[in-house]
Amino acid sequence: MEKFVSIEKVGQTFDTKKGKFVALRDIDLGIKQGEFIALIGHSGCGKSTLLNLIAGLTRPTTGVLLCDGREIAGPGPERAVVFQNHSLLPWLTCFENVYLAVERVFGAKEGKAKLKERTAAAINLVGLDHASSKYPHEISGGMKQRVGIARALSMQPKVLLMDEPFGALDALTRAKLQDELMKICEATKATTVMVTHDVDEAVLLSDRIVMMTNGPAATIGEILEVKLPRPRDRLTLAHDPAYIDCRAAVLEFLYEKQAHVEKIAA
Amino acid sequence: MSATTMSGDFGLEQPVDRAPLGGSLAPAGESITSKPVAAVVAEPAKEQKMEKIAAQPSGVAFGEKFNTFLRAVLPPTLGMLVLIGIWYVATHKGGSIPGPVQTWDAAVTLFADPFYRNGPNDQGIGWNILSSLQRVGIGFGFAALVGIPLGFILGRSAFLSAMINPIISLLRPVSPLAWLPIGLLVFKKADPAATYTIFICSIWPMIMNTAQGVQRVPQDYLNVARVLALSEWKVVTKILFPAVLPYMLTGIRLSIGTAWLVIVAAEMLTGGVGIGFWVWDEWNNLKVEHIIIAIFVIGIVGLILEQSLILLAKKLTKESS
Repeated sequence: MEKFVSIEKVGQTFDTKKGKFVALRDIDLGIKQGEFIALIGHSGCGKSTLLNLIAGLTRPTTGVLLCDGREIAGPGPERAVVFQNHSLLPWLTCFENVYLAVERVFGAKEGKAKLKERTAAAINLVGLDHASSKYPHEISGGMKQRVGIARALSMQPKVLLMDEPFGALDALTRAKLQDELMKICEATKATTVMVTHDVDEAVLLSDRIVMMTNGPAATIGEILEVKLPRPRDRLTLAHDPAYIDCRAAVLEFLYEKQAHVEKIAA
Repeated sequence: MSATTMSGDFGLEQPVDRAPLGGSLAPAGESITSKPVAAVVAEPAKEQKMEKIAAQPSGVAFGEKFNTFLRAVLPPTLGMLVLIGIWYVATHKGGSIPGPVQTWDAAVTLFADPFYRNGPNDQGIGWNILSSLQRVGIGFGFAALVGIPLGFILGRSAFLSAMINPIISLLRPVSPLAWLPIGLLVFKKADPAATYTIFICSIWPMIMNTAQGVQRVPQDYLNVARVLALSEWKVVTKILFPAVLPYMLTGIRLSIGTAWLVIVAAEMLTGGVGIGFWVWDEWNNLKVEHIIIAIFVIGIVGLILEQSLILLAKKLTKESS
């Protein structure tokens, strides 16, 4: 299949007070349309750096990133980001937060009624109709994250980028949102890249898991294809040998192959 | 004043079942400071609520409420009483400074007719306060008009900020009164010169706080703006302005505070109508009790300005956070 997002020989070096710091090197990755990719690795391995590169929030020091055949030169609504800490604007209601995005993407072509309809649909998709007119500080962390997802989805992005979207949530809320996200991705066929440090989350959601070596100068260690049929159900999967194998493979990578590097680094 | 003392005594003897006193003593608290007034006004409404929620243990709850009310009112009241007491003791043997009683009597006659006009140099205290406030308002308004946009620009551009900051650092410590002669020279009139002095002293906190607020806008919000590729206008109205608003309000509060300090001195030098001029005029008339009244009036007006801006800031930031 054709590569929709293509990352070619990408490296990222930061200038710090102590000199140059090589965060990423030699990243090569192709992502197919509609694919769900999880980036996993120990903290500090440059998962988020790679995501920011795809988002266009930072530019690579070497190499090139392409999306839909064009070079990624900067951030844009075609590559929507769900931020780790939801990043909703506290002075806007949930509806207004989503509307801001909808208006930006579709405002030029569509009337107000249609824009509002789109916003309402996005909020409905994450099941927050009742909280639409509330301010972010009036709702729970899980709900805020859902608004963040609604905002990203409402733009109908080519690529959905998620930076540990459920990291700050409790296990039950996280499971619920993972299930919702699976349904949404199924329905919208969104190409998704998600940064995570949760092995179960990665196996449950992804088509491929990109495992990264420890930083500094991190790169892709292994790529694991998760050949589990969809729709996936977390309860049935818990006893599925294929699921258990995938899980074991990721754990092995993280805690055997990459464990010692961290000790040296620390 | 005796009523207030009594309230303290009653409270200490019988803190329980004395709640109605809180309401009946309200006038005693009212004449002293603004904070207790708020407490007193709020009290009856809260009492009613308590009654609805729990009829049975309301006696105890009232007692507790009354206790917290006392704790809020008693120390400031006591402080004022001590101040007045020292003042009384220091002046009761006579001398050039009038005592509390004389000052009170003078204040009663003065505030009986605050808005009279007997020519340009003899006007009621109400007119004097109003014209001072008007100068502060105009000078401050212009400062906001210039300072807030300038602060935004300095906050957004590192180059301009590096260019202008040394100038601000150089001029900021200068007493605004040092600018008064230049104002007189340029405007050829006392009134705009005083307003211009207010402008000068108000503008620095406005610029600095706005610029700081712009620099401290969370990167997350700016990343949202970048991902959405919002227009510069949307970035300013939807993200920068609301995020900077609390800082701007701090700047406004500092500006108004300084302006109110400076206007008294400026008016002493320029004359005309105004509370500062009035102080100087009464000094020339050797009406010292009026000077003491003016000190209180200036203090109370300053307090009201400050408190209302704090309230406004609370209200606005509550809505936005």
